[in-house]
Amino acid sequence: MTKLSGAQILIECWKKEGVEVVFGYPGAATVEIHHHLEESPIRFVLCRHEQAAVHAADGYARSTGRPGVVLVTSGPGATNTVTGLAGANMDSVPVVVFSGQVARMLIGNDAFQEVDIVGMTRPATKHNYLVLSTGELAQTVKEAFYVAVSGRPGSVLVDLPKDVIGGEADFEYPRKVALRAYRPHLTPHPRQIMKAAKLLVSAERPVVLAGGGVISSGASEELVGLAEALEIPVTTTLMGLGGFPGSHRLCLGMPGMHGLYRANMALQNADLILAVGARFDDRVTGALPGFAKQAAIVHIDVDTTSIHKILDVDIPLVADARQALMALTAEIGAAPGIDAAARGAWLGRIAAWHARAPLSYSQDPEGPLLPQFVIEALYRRTQGKAVICTEVGQHQMWAAQFYHCERPRQFISSGGLGVMGFGLPAAIGAQVASPTATVIDVAGDGSILMNVQELATVFQESLPVKVAVLNNGSLGMVRQWQDLFYGKRYAATILSDSPDFVKLAEAFGIRGFTASTPGDAESIIGQALSHPGPALMEFRVSPTELVFPMVPAGKAIDEMILARPGDPGDGPEPPDGGAADPEERGPDTDALPEDGGDS
Amino acid sequence: MIVNGTNGPAETQGDPPRRHTLAIQVDNRPGVLARVTTLISGRGFNIDSLSVAETMDPEVSLITLIITGSPRIISQIIKQLRKLINVIKVTDLSEMDYVERQLIMVRVKAEDQDSRSEIMRLCKIFRAKVIDVSLKSFTLEITGGSDKMAAALSLLAGFGIEEQVSTGLTAMTRSFQQKQAPKGS
Ligand SMILES: Cc1ncc(C[n+]2csc(CCOP(=O)(O)OP(=O)(O)O)c2C)c(N)n1
Ligand SMILES: [Mg+2]
Repeated sequence: MTKLSGAQILIECWKKEGVEVVFGYPGAATVEIHHHLEESPIRFVLCRHEQAAVHAADGYARSTGRPGVVLVTSGPGATNTVTGLAGANMDSVPVVVFSGQVARMLIGNDAFQEVDIVGMTRPATKHNYLVLSTGELAQTVKEAFYVAVSGRPGSVLVDLPKDVIGGEADFEYPRKVALRAYRPHLTPHPRQIMKAAKLLVSAERPVVLAGGGVISSGASEELVGLAEALEIPVTTTLMGLGGFPGSHRLCLGMPGMHGLYRANMALQNADLILAVGARFDDRVTGALPGFAKQAAIVHIDVDTTSIHKILDVDIPLVADARQALMALTAEIGAAPGIDAAARGAWLGRIAAWHARAPLSYSQDPEGPLLPQFVIEALYRRTQGKAVICTEVGQHQMWAAQFYHCERPRQFISSGGLGVMGFGLPAAIGAQVASPTATVIDVAGDGSILMNVQELATVFQESLPVKVAVLNNGSLGMVRQWQDLFYGKRYAATILSDSPDFVKLAEAFGIRGFTASTPGDAESIIGQALSHPGPALMEFRVSPTELVFPMVPAGKAIDEMILARPGDPGDGPEPPDGGAADPEERGPDTDALPEDGGDS
Repeated sequence: MIVNGTNGPAETQGDPPRRHTLAIQVDNRPGVLARVTTLISGRGFNIDSLSVAETMDPEVSLITLIITGSPRIISQIIKQLRKLINVIKVTDLSEMDYVERQLIMVRVKAEDQDSRSEIMRLCKIFRAKVIDVSLKSFTLEITGGSDKMAAALSLLAGFGIEEQVSTGLTAMTRSFQQKQAPKGS
């Protein structure tokens, strides 16, 4: 066996794990690792902030399914990763962060750039490690990757004291991990599958609620197969977008707070919900006592703690989503014998809901530019094929509503933590993963400034990322709450003095465009997309546009506001044929948020 | 989240809270206890009692933890604990027959002959030991389950307790498990 330094061991381990790219930022505690990394085949992407480096690795992981790797220095380098770690963990994305640490004998001394990053990130990661000797480094790295990608994936941090990196040890990459307690449960229980299959076949008004688990387990094909075999409509959460094709006749779009009318109505009136890799987030369920009262729930999730956490479910299925869907499909067989008449009636009702309240906007060719129009123009001009990354806010919801993603890993957005500043670095990661794809960061004028320094990374790495800033002069999503629930007092949400985005882009060496009319918008999209390098498009959109539908906090998801109070169409028309929907409640436009929840 | 106990943030529904004794086997490694306690405190719950020690297997430690909560909360906490990478096994002893013990040291006033002999008599009854003596006080060591402790302390309180320290409870399942009426003793 050969003796290697800790730094060399780390890099050898990365190679064994198939790591092709590492995102990060250097410092004294990690300079030795960079020294050796330089001569390895692994690419290092120098981001301009450690938070962005983690989001970039996250974007890379979301678009490839492989773990994203980050290397940062100790102290501030490490603390800057906390948001990224927490966001990746909440959205079940495998990211492994390696942080420098002061030498072992200095730990606990308040040494220069010492922080207890393991203590700080314990609740923000799936697991973390402080490596206490060079000899245990290889085993720890192996474990870290295994923990990050297996079961319900998540973020992992490995803290590396400087003398552990500088020390020497024999190197042999361990063949297996030795975790006596951690054994993710992947195979579904046959009896539960039998019960679930029975319910699925006999249900009259079934709906699938598909979440991010469909994407991370690679279960899209199986989901399409099952939905088609049983004629079950599918609604995909923000994290599940693209996990079921957006243009499929059975696709209902996104449910929840800004979900489609038909998706929410279908959940509320269903007699069976098959939840696949979705965790019943409060943004999806709205007020729990009023959620899907008539539905039996079958819940497939690899994470036992997600089951029965929010709701009591009828059939829990702890398993990998793909394996569970395969088992269900096999159990159901070729000729499931569903009640075709009942199913026809159910799909008819859903179609009628959609006819009553489709997603809509009306772009006056002479009027102010509408954000929804911009997203649709992007959709048209990329033939729906771009990888869409988003920041957080109204623009994110419009992207989710109007850019119909067809394939898994096409829509990349910070769901659970809702991190403004996620989109641009995530787009860097996605573009590194797919150099020839069209990658667009749909941004707001607020969010883009949270990690705008990453335009320097984009330029340095020659990444053809396109940034579309929907400039509405405000922190629109918060302003929307003020508009509807806080008497239009726009406290702290007006961004009147934003920089000149075109000049800003140009200062980074990136082509900048701006548009304030629909015609110009079409034209700059054309120019930006045909430009081979990176580009930033600023769209000066109407500042008053709101995201609809909207379920106010504390309301059930069928209590949607469909349009600005007073505008035509602010409520659904009366149910067709009168008695069709006894359960349906009208929208309550005076609704006040009960918990003051944040957007 | 609907899963909040009376112990933690607002509860919306469910059965009343109850005391649970959890036996948690973990990897005997630095930081593991912190993971367990961070998980619980991060959800706004208070730990009533805690004790930790190595087991027969030096690679495994046993954490005995007492916490009060509704069944839903407790089952969520157990599941979350099981999800921790270093947690090997979690048992809710409250669902089984088990024995629990705790050690208390208590300094009681013993200034006159009457109280001194009365305290000695109580010591016999509770099988307590006198581990330190002065002209004005006795320091006693008492071990037992929580009911015995409560009884002993309430009797000793009559003499005046000057100081009292206690370990956490530790517990073990009985080798013979009755089918019904689980109860620690
Ligand atoms: C880091 C962070 N800080 C604050 C928030 C709260 N927040 C959610 S949306 C939003 C406004 C976003 O503004 P902008 O990026 O301009 O998007 P818009 O809603 O205007 O489309 C804010 C402040 C957040 N999600 N993330
Ligand atoms: Mg804005």
